[in-house]
Amino acid sequence: MMDINKHMHFVKNSAELDALRNALLKSKEYNSEKVFVCAGGGCIASGSMKVKDAFISQLATNGLGEKLSVMETGCLGPCAVGPIVVIGKDDTFYQKVRVQDVKDIVEKHLMGGKVVENLLHPVEEIKVSKKSELPFFKNQDKQVLRNCGKIDPTKIADYIAVGGYQALSKVLSTMTGEQVVQEVSISGLRGRGGAGFPTGTKWGFARKSQDETKYILCNADEGDPGAFMDRSILEGDPHSIIEGMIIGAFAIGSSQGYVYVRAEYPLAVERLQIAIDQARTFGLIGPNILGTGFNFDLEIRKGSGAFVCGEETALITSIEGNRGEPRPRPPFPAVKGLWNKPTVLNNVETFSNIPLLINEGGAQYAEKGTEKSKGTKIFALAGTVKISGLVEVAVGTPLRKLVYDIGGGISSGKKYKAAQIGGPSGGCIPAEHLDVPLDYEALNKLGAIMGSGGLIVMDESSCMVDVARFFLEFVQDESCGKCVPCREGIVRMKQIVDRICDGKGEMKDLDELEALAKTVTHASLCGLGQTAPNPVLSTLRHFREEYIEHISDKKCRTAVCKELIVFKILDVCNGCQACKKVCPVHAIHGEKKLHHTIDEAECIRCGLCLSTCKFDAIVKY
Amino acid sequence: MSKGEKCSCGDDEKGLLERLEEIIVSFKNKPGALIPVLQATQSLFGYVPQEAILKISEMLNEPLHKVHGVITFYSFFSLKPRGKYLIRVCLGTACYVQGANEILTALKQQLSIEIGETTTDKLFTLDVGRCFGACGLAPIIMVNDDVHQFVKPSGVKKILGAYKKHKAVNQEEET
Repeated sequence: MMDINKHMHFVKNSAELDALRNALLKSKEYNSEKVFVCAGGGCIASGSMKVKDAFISQLATNGLGEKLSVMETGCLGPCAVGPIVVIGKDDTFYQKVRVQDVKDIVEKHLMGGKVVENLLHPVEEIKVSKKSELPFFKNQDKQVLRNCGKIDPTKIADYIAVGGYQALSKVLSTMTGEQVVQEVSISGLRGRGGAGFPTGTKWGFARKSQDETKYILCNADEGDPGAFMDRSILEGDPHSIIEGMIIGAFAIGSSQGYVYVRAEYPLAVERLQIAIDQARTFGLIGPNILGTGFNFDLEIRKGSGAFVCGEETALITSIEGNRGEPRPRPPFPAVKGLWNKPTVLNNVETFSNIPLLINEGGAQYAEKGTEKSKGTKIFALAGTVKISGLVEVAVGTPLRKLVYDIGGGISSGKKYKAAQIGGPSGGCIPAEHLDVPLDYEALNKLGAIMGSGGLIVMDESSCMVDVARFFLEFVQDESCGKCVPCREGIVRMKQIVDRICDGKGEMKDLDELEALAKTVTHASLCGLGQTAPNPVLSTLRHFREEYIEHISDKKCRTAVCKELIVFKILDVCNGCQACKKVCPVHAIHGEKKLHHTIDEAECIRCGLCLSTCKFDAIVKY
Repeated sequence: MSKGEKCSCGDDEKGLLERLEEIIVSFKNKPGALIPVLQATQSLFGYVPQEAILKISEMLNEPLHKVHGVITFYSFFSLKPRGKYLIRVCLGTACYVQGANEILTALKQQLSIEIGETTTDKLFTLDVGRCFGACGLAPIIMVNDDVHQFVKPSGVKKILGAYKKHKAVNQEEET
């Protein structure tokens, strides 16, 4: 075993970086057996840090502290079954681990060699122990998430040991900026933030500019509801983003970068800051990186809770210290961006792809994916699927595979109804299109978008008119108010949908909705407004009959739209009077120990009676 | 501030204002300093008091209307003091389809306040959020930095109770 401490310092050049990596690979710490505890945001919320502490003390109690080490890793993926623990030596996957389970795992499994069965993840009644054999993992292709779950995101040494900063070293010592741009273009990588613009082309524009000052920005303002891909990379593998950004800076000729992280992600900010500080200590950020004369510095700017700042020009305006309102394009940021200087702005996942494609070469990278969309894409799978969490698949993988093979199907036992892809800018994919390949073009054809990767699965209990209303309310709240079509048009659209949900709609409302949608799409200044009508248009296209039911039958088949619900007390009512007492408008009548009734005219449909009844005697339909 | 009312910043806040001055000085020559300074102010005071706005405007040489405009644009800044515990109900898509609205209704009923309001005992402020990126645990609510997952409307009372109890214990310790 080598003493790695003599290598843990400022890295002067590529040779020293290689020496450090070799030393790390031979070190005791790297080669010791490990217990991986997921420290992703989801698992931490489920109590994984207490589990980690319990492991450390239990291992010490059993005298295994020297032999085994406990590693905090980035998000492993299946957030819903956290806290997650993986035993390194045999790849055993334990779910929902509590502090009181730790003793069993250490004594029975780590010492006794017997797997603790009740903590395994069941797959159709059968308990599978190996992580790599679980359908959730087996059906994925983890490229960008390659390190999540394998390294400690707060330790740069871990990242370097698994090949981190090798791409940077290759770029700085053997390539020109032009060659980097070319390699990225060959790879076919497209922006992962949603719009899918070719990254190489974007970098090429900025590179051509003769300006001496240029900026490179990372958009980590992941605002789409239902999306947490970027959060997991920031928290689980922050150095991959930093490495991608330095390479990008070198390619376009920039020496200053900013990462704009949304304020809702305090842990991401913390881990990214640790990573930046470490990279600076090792000389991978700062002056004369790896002795090549290339200088680059990186700073975090925190968002302050405005969704529109995910739009590139609004983000730039926000970094400048203003209200985050978008600017007209052109001029595009590549020509005139931050402080009016040429600026490249890419999403977290896009930057994370860069080291990968540089290491394996653009052509090799382009082997994965479809004709026009290369590589892999991370999706945040949530909603009514059995295992929700973070998944990565090759671009073009059918939706069905995500929902059923990886997500395990619908959790409620009800039928699949739709998957909402792309958040407030996206649309719904109904059951008849479950086999659609997840790529930019195929999704556009169905009126949805790839978006940043939020994928919410809905079962039959979701009302699609209400879903449309939800997104309208979202964009209405988040519209910055700068341009009229977005500010006023969305409000009008929401008023119409509200009316339909309240049972006061007319058939001509549908035409008006479509006409308004057209105006908002074509006349809004930025992407937020231009795509805001998509959820309405897509539900109108695939679920028009539900709108018609709300209008002509005054019925919401899912009993979601409040004004159209009827509450009724069934015969099993024993007259306990609990519902009568909580009813805020005294709409429930009946004597003690006798069957109660609800006066429909008085009822305000608050649902308090339903949640109060202990005898399941109240139904809504 | 109405006439006759004391400065909205108490004695404690005087010390905080001095601390704020130091922060502003440390940001002074950085481009785009306004937002980081406001973020520091928000976390220092729990809101952005008027005295702080005046100070920031003067020291960063930004017009008052601009400082105010930036504060009101972003949801993380508040011009009013918030309660000890800020409850944020996630209304992101995953939480919404799993019943977040019912949780919001239950919280409004339990606390007798609407969104954006603070309880009279200054313990809770109710707000909504648009996705905290914990969709696998939906529906969730956040109380300050604590995440509560798979929340049910019937479980809201218990969650609130824990914070009320915590507050009571702290008060006992203080007296």
